[in-house]
Amino acid sequence: MPPILKTLFIILSYLCLFACNEQVLNNPYPASADKGLAVLYSSFSERPRHLDPAKSHSSNEYVFIGQIYEPPFQYHYLKRPYELELLTATQMPEIIYLDSAGQVLAEDTPAEQIAFSDYIIAIKPDIQYQPHAALARKKQGGYLYHQLTPQQLSRITQLSDFTQTGTRELTAADYVHQIKRLVHPQISSPIAELMKQYIAGLSDYALTIKDQPRTALKDFAISGVEVIDKYRYKIRIKGKYPQFIYWLAMPFFAPMPWEADAFYSQQGLIDKNITLDWQPLGTGPFMLEENNPNLQMVMLKNPNYHAAFYPHEGEPGDREKGLLDDAGKRLPFIDKAVYRLEKETIPYWNKFLQGYYDASGIASDSFDQAVQFTGDGELGLTPSMLDKGMQLQTAVTSSIFYMGFNMLDSVVGGDSERARKLRLAISIAIDYEEYISIFMNGRGVTAQGVIPPTIFGFSEGEQGINTYVYDWVGEQARRKPLQEARHLMQEAGYAEGIDASTGEALILYLDTAASGPDDRARLNWYRKQFSKLGIQLVIRATDYNRFQQKMLNGNAQIFMWGWNADYPDPENFFFLLYGANGKVEHGGGNAVNYQNNEFDRLFKQMSNMENSPERRAMVEKMQEIIRHDAPWVYGFHPKSFSLFHSWYHNLKPNLMANNKLKYQRIDPRQREQLRQQWNQPVLWPIIGLVFLMVLLVLPAVRSFQRRAKETIK
Amino acid sequence: MFNYILRRFIYAFPLLLGVNILTFVLFFIVNSPDDMARMQLGQKHVTEQAIDNWKQQRGYDLPLLFNPTKTGLDKIKATIFYQKSLRLFAFDFGISDSGRNIDQDIQQRMWPSLAVALPSLIVGLIVNISVALMMVLFRQSYLEFSIIVLCIIIMSISSLFYIIGGQFIIGKLLMLVPISGYDTGINAYKFLILPVLISVVSGVGAGARWYRTLFLEEIEQDCVRTARAKGLTETQVLFKHVLKNAMIPILTGVVVVLPLLFMGSLITESFFSIPGLGSYTIDAINSQDFAIVRAMVFLGSVLYIIGLLLTDISYTLVDPRVRLS
Repeated sequence: MPPILKTLFIILSYLCLFACNEQVLNNPYPASADKGLAVLYSSFSERPRHLDPAKSHSSNEYVFIGQIYEPPFQYHYLKRPYELELLTATQMPEIIYLDSAGQVLAEDTPAEQIAFSDYIIAIKPDIQYQPHAALARKKQGGYLYHQLTPQQLSRITQLSDFTQTGTRELTAADYVHQIKRLVHPQISSPIAELMKQYIAGLSDYALTIKDQPRTALKDFAISGVEVIDKYRYKIRIKGKYPQFIYWLAMPFFAPMPWEADAFYSQQGLIDKNITLDWQPLGTGPFMLEENNPNLQMVMLKNPNYHAAFYPHEGEPGDREKGLLDDAGKRLPFIDKAVYRLEKETIPYWNKFLQGYYDASGIASDSFDQAVQFTGDGELGLTPSMLDKGMQLQTAVTSSIFYMGFNMLDSVVGGDSERARKLRLAISIAIDYEEYISIFMNGRGVTAQGVIPPTIFGFSEGEQGINTYVYDWVGEQARRKPLQEARHLMQEAGYAEGIDASTGEALILYLDTAASGPDDRARLNWYRKQFSKLGIQLVIRATDYNRFQQKMLNGNAQIFMWGWNADYPDPENFFFLLYGANGKVEHGGGNAVNYQNNEFDRLFKQMSNMENSPERRAMVEKMQEIIRHDAPWVYGFHPKSFSLFHSWYHNLKPNLMANNKLKYQRIDPRQREQLRQQWNQPVLWPIIGLVFLMVLLVLPAVRSFQRRAKETIK
Repeated sequence: MFNYILRRFIYAFPLLLGVNILTFVLFFIVNSPDDMARMQLGQKHVTEQAIDNWKQQRGYDLPLLFNPTKTGLDKIKATIFYQKSLRLFAFDFGISDSGRNIDQDIQQRMWPSLAVALPSLIVGLIVNISVALMMVLFRQSYLEFSIIVLCIIIMSISSLFYIIGGQFIIGKLLMLVPISGYDTGINAYKFLILPVLISVVSGVGAGARWYRTLFLEEIEQDCVRTARAKGLTETQVLFKHVLKNAMIPILTGVVVVLPLLFMGSLITESFFSIPGLGSYTIDAINSQDFAIVRAMVFLGSVLYIIGLLLTDISYTLVDPRVRLS
């Protein structure tokens, strides 16, 4: 047989062997590695920067540490509006108000008379930490790995090289230790300066430990934070700050054993990237088994996890959706969670369709493939997605994107009627319904004020609309006609976009950090919106660093920005317009530098109130003030769309909770069956291609051979 | 030759210093230490005091290149540039701004880069040379014409198209290999097939045409004509004379890129989720991690200089007429 045919025969045999093999060829996971286990497969696109709960602040980091660390409180997984419940605490904190002399005050004491609030938190006994080398002890007492010699350290390349692990019971002192860590200079917690404003004695403590190593934190006490007994601790807050309870549900206030700092402070470990910032130590339902942010992060069920159960109640409709099928069952359901590095959306989406990821968001590129509008205008899945048994979940996020007017600007800013009418005219002219439809595939709802749905103070229906921009027509909000905006322009002295005082065309400047090719269409759209009023809009695109600098200096006239809630309270949105938070003067979050005395007065009052009808009335009053003044064009609240496979259960969008993984359940058998069904290799095109190549080359070879044998005649 | 190599290494020093200064200046024109602090601390609740603390902890509170408040040599030494850049020359890359040991990361990430780049180079070289030889063998036939047309078509298409198209056809439609991902050890093979294949296919147009030009130049030489006159077959002529004589430009072209294989490919690594040094650099730029950017630019410069030096040395190996002095 000629060599070329021999090679061809071998290739064909190889391909036939593959074809006969039942196993799929495109499985990105090692075969049979996780057989029988309920494994969740997900991804991360950007490696987490920090896994230390004192430092970590991004959602992509909370995906991990939310499952590992346990603050005293958590958000109820199913109930809406969002509700706090106990996690490691035995009861909601006991709050004692004190005057400046330390005398206890009544609960209904006005906020201005309260000098301090004591939060007494009691935690459950018998909660154990995950098995960890930092807690491994010698038989004769003392810690096994806290003072290793350079020689011993040189043999360690990863945390699993430590053969012994240990555990111990969670105590109140661990929560206090974490609060101390927030202000250690080496840790650089993003909330250190903020918490110094609230927690009594934290500023002084920061000065005390400024030059001390982390291992010395436990040797110094904070005046405002103390351990009462093994299971109780107290945090003293300056004044009254009801929102503090929400901070107690964030990983910043999760417990940290002092042993972790002692263990991870060894230089030999730091040099090998074995640090607390990368190898967490918690009491949560999961523990980080593999931390290779360059490849994959793997979490395993924590064998020491305390008793926790799936909730018995949710909001109406949850039972019908099957969200209460697992009520009362012990958590967590998943044995292992594998997060693979996946930087691009297209490969991620395709692997999701093949069943190699359990859930996915929907990028713009794949939107039409996944979602379609049904006959009655509702969004639904396409037939191909329905065939695969996929389910779609949508939720309006607790975020807002807005266009801000710099209130320090001489044209669009200030409290003059002229500027206000100009801002209102622009608010009407910018058709965000069109924007959502064109640029977001309908994934958003227009904002009627600063507060998104699901946050206390948000009002549905006619009562909740911004009457300066919308009319209530036929049971829905309809943007006011452009004629009204033009009329406002005329009243402001800018009829047809001409400044009546100078006779020149009105030119406004939009500062944006959106400068990529994809943003061009959006920016052109904004130009078009302004041109409806005869206003020339000049786009000043820059990078995000310069943009932030401009905002700090107050050099921008109009800009676009957004905010994502830290916690579900209107205070977390209204503070963006509170005068004392002005960006230029105080470096705060009020980027438009808005100042309204009545609004500020109500803000202070509302901030110190518990949720009640009075508070709601106050929120509505504040909404009315800012709708009237229009320092923002209230843009939209994005809507998140997620798809998940039929084998993935107990999924409910919860934009506040960080520890959702423990509630979710996977059916690995069903997944395996469907993966096999969906991923049978197709070999005939390869065989066809090989034949085609042979057919192409063969005549040329024949011709060459003939030519080579030719003789001169 | 030793003196020559030594001299080249000495020349490399000011070159590296220059690259360092340039990187430093360009980076800090775009990003200030304040921006870096904001990036690390997050956008929310960050006060000026927190930014100052972050800078102080990491030595970014010093002037960039010159410190007028100090005296003598300290005017230079008490600067960010001096404090951060000098130890690069000892290949001590230090700790990234997010707190990770860069040396460890580089050691870990250079292998995936190499795992993609080396097979791509070797297979690509073999395929390109084979196709070029085939074109020369069947020159002035329909086959050569067809291959040239195909090469031009391949060259005209963006590499991104091959990646997305390859993932779609081979990974998604035919389901022969995983669409993306990576694994350690021997398990990495199934993740490498597609990126290597795409790299070879996307490069065959330019590569084959370049080698064809080299071969055609050689085929016109007197020595080749003499070989033919001696009665050698066309294949013997091609492999023993044409290919051998064309090895000098081929070899030098290959040697110069060898050290840079460690640095990885930005797009390929990103699309195939390969945790190499290419994506490491891109991530660092996106997160404004100056420590990593500086280390990677320095490493790239060193490897490039080594590549050029190896090229010079390889000349002497393949062409006895060349002597380094």
